[in-house]
Amino acid sequence: MNVTNLFKIALRALANNKLRGFLTMLGIIIGVASVITMLAIGQGSKRSIQAQISEMGSNMIMVHPGADRRGGVRLDAADMETLKLQDYNDIVSECSYVSLATPTVNSSGQLIFGANNTPSTVYGVSPEYLDIRRYEVEDGDFFTEQDVLTSAKVCVVGKTVVDNLFTNGENPVGQVIRFGKIPLRVVGVLRSKGYNSMGMDQDDLILAPYTTVQKRMLAITHLQGITCAAVDERFTDQAMEEIAEVLRRNHKLQRGDDDDFTIRSTQELSEMLTSTTDLMTVLLAAVAGISLLVGGIGIMNIMYVSVTERTREIGLRMSIGAKGRDILAQFLIEAILISVTGGIIGVLVGVCASLIVNAAAHFPIYIQPWSVLLSFAVCTVAGVFFGWYPARKASQLDPIEALRYE
Amino acid sequence: MKEIIRLENIRRDFHVGGETVHALRGVSFTIYEGEFVTIMGTSGSGKSTLLNTLGCLDTPTSGEYYLDGVSVRTMGKNDRATLRNRKIGFVFQNYNLLAKTTAVENVELPLLYNPNVTAAERRERAIRALTSVGLADRLEHRSNQMSGGQMQRVAIARALVNDPAVILADEATGNLDTRTSFEILVLFQELHARGRTIIFVTHNPDIARYSSRNIQLRDGHVIADTQNDEVLSAVDALAQLPVTDE
Repeated sequence: MNVTNLFKIALRALANNKLRGFLTMLGIIIGVASVITMLAIGQGSKRSIQAQISEMGSNMIMVHPGADRRGGVRLDAADMETLKLQDYNDIVSECSYVSLATPTVNSSGQLIFGANNTPSTVYGVSPEYLDIRRYEVEDGDFFTEQDVLTSAKVCVVGKTVVDNLFTNGENPVGQVIRFGKIPLRVVGVLRSKGYNSMGMDQDDLILAPYTTVQKRMLAITHLQGITCAAVDERFTDQAMEEIAEVLRRNHKLQRGDDDDFTIRSTQELSEMLTSTTDLMTVLLAAVAGISLLVGGIGIMNIMYVSVTERTREIGLRMSIGAKGRDILAQFLIEAILISVTGGIIGVLVGVCASLIVNAAAHFPIYIQPWSVLLSFAVCTVAGVFFGWYPARKASQLDPIEALRYE
Repeated sequence: MKEIIRLENIRRDFHVGGETVHALRGVSFTIYEGEFVTIMGTSGSGKSTLLNTLGCLDTPTSGEYYLDGVSVRTMGKNDRATLRNRKIGFVFQNYNLLAKTTAVENVELPLLYNPNVTAAERRERAIRALTSVGLADRLEHRSNQMSGGQMQRVAIARALVNDPAVILADEATGNLDTRTSFEILVLFQELHARGRTIIFVTHNPDIARYSSRNIQLRDGHVIADTQNDEVLSAVDALAQLPVTDE
């Protein structure tokens, strides 16, 4: 008995019962399609979060004052005045794993230009901020170290601010806007970054020298935070240790004292967020996996019923010369053909469904090649596994009994 | 004359619920090439068991069975399957065609289990077999689009396609009306005339008059084995049947 003939026999048997074959396949189709779609959605959101974090700067480290306790009361980080300019200078000069750093102070308020006004936040930073946060200047220039030294009344504005203030399409560069009472000359416009994964508009800001914000707006000498970039994503942990060392020394903290600052990295954030989406992916895949299992049991059920229903046919085939193993192979091939065809259709349906989810719900998707391969392998295995028992039952029939079966 | 089938003291016992049933109690006969033998007997006479044995579907408890010179008794399941595929053509009472399958595909079926036959040869031989039973114009008809007589012709073509040593017919006219029965008998007589060896198992004594030899069974014994010197012509019988308005 050669394999081509067995395939022909199985194909003809399937072609004789197209509707039943299709209904059996449906279980596998739905199973495979949902595995692919669910994994695509899970992987898509994971990737989009990773992309946004790397856009934000995946090697970014943020230092904030905090974790202080006075008389048992934990204080709001904004009230703390523990971070000083000296801390910033020491981080820059002493921490070898930190490539860039900028002090940050910020103030929220109303921006005014002509008859327009808009609420926004002024971030006081140094020019390094641009590289750390991966912003780019689209038009004009960023302010300079000189501007920082002189607390110059200059600023760089984000796209949202431009849209809100310069409604007549004026070129913002060179214009003077007001932040409260302080006039600021616009020297540059940032390239738009859009919304981040947490729904924050990354273009709704203006950047000014930190000295300007400290002295002219907030009248403070401390810093609200220090934002650093590690030399490389891989060295984030080392950089964080170095920063902690410098700060504990500068703040004269004894061994055993709590830190009076907190250090966070975007890497931690990204790990936290991706672990959430990983959990979601596993959950979705588990649900989809169950539907694949149900599909497989559907194959077993149909093959089992079909063996009983086709007992006479099996008897006939045996009487005209089919061996037990020919019958076994025929039913096994039928089961595999059903599940593999179902698998192919399922892959197509799954890919289409993913694209529809993407187009209709604007949900990020990513179809991983391995998820296609995996679900395909699973349905072939399901065909063999669930087809085996009924096929074996068929092959062991006694031709005399089978021929007499009513 | 060449021996096709030789049975030597065939016994077949079945064990049913602790009791032993002796279905065949020492059956011996020889069938030569070109004979048209009817095997007759009432139910319980061992007719079916004998047919299963002759068809290599079953093996005797004792005794020897030679089919075309090959001893069957000691053969394994798979070897018997191959032997059936090459040497035997079955015709059943209920046709046993594959549902929703065309005549050609039904006839091709035995050759599908023979790896020595190519696809082209398979189809060519199936068409030849169908032509020889008078169904050259029904090649692509599906089994559910045919009458009982046509289906039985397809079944006979299927039995012929592997050029078997012997054709085994089990009540092949049992499900057909009188007229169609005679048409099928005509076909069997034609095959006989062309030199085919045919064994026709039936409980209908009329059929025996159209065959060349008649073996009668009762209680597992052969009680009569007679040559029929006056074989009736099924063609004449068909001509004498009253024409029913259709």
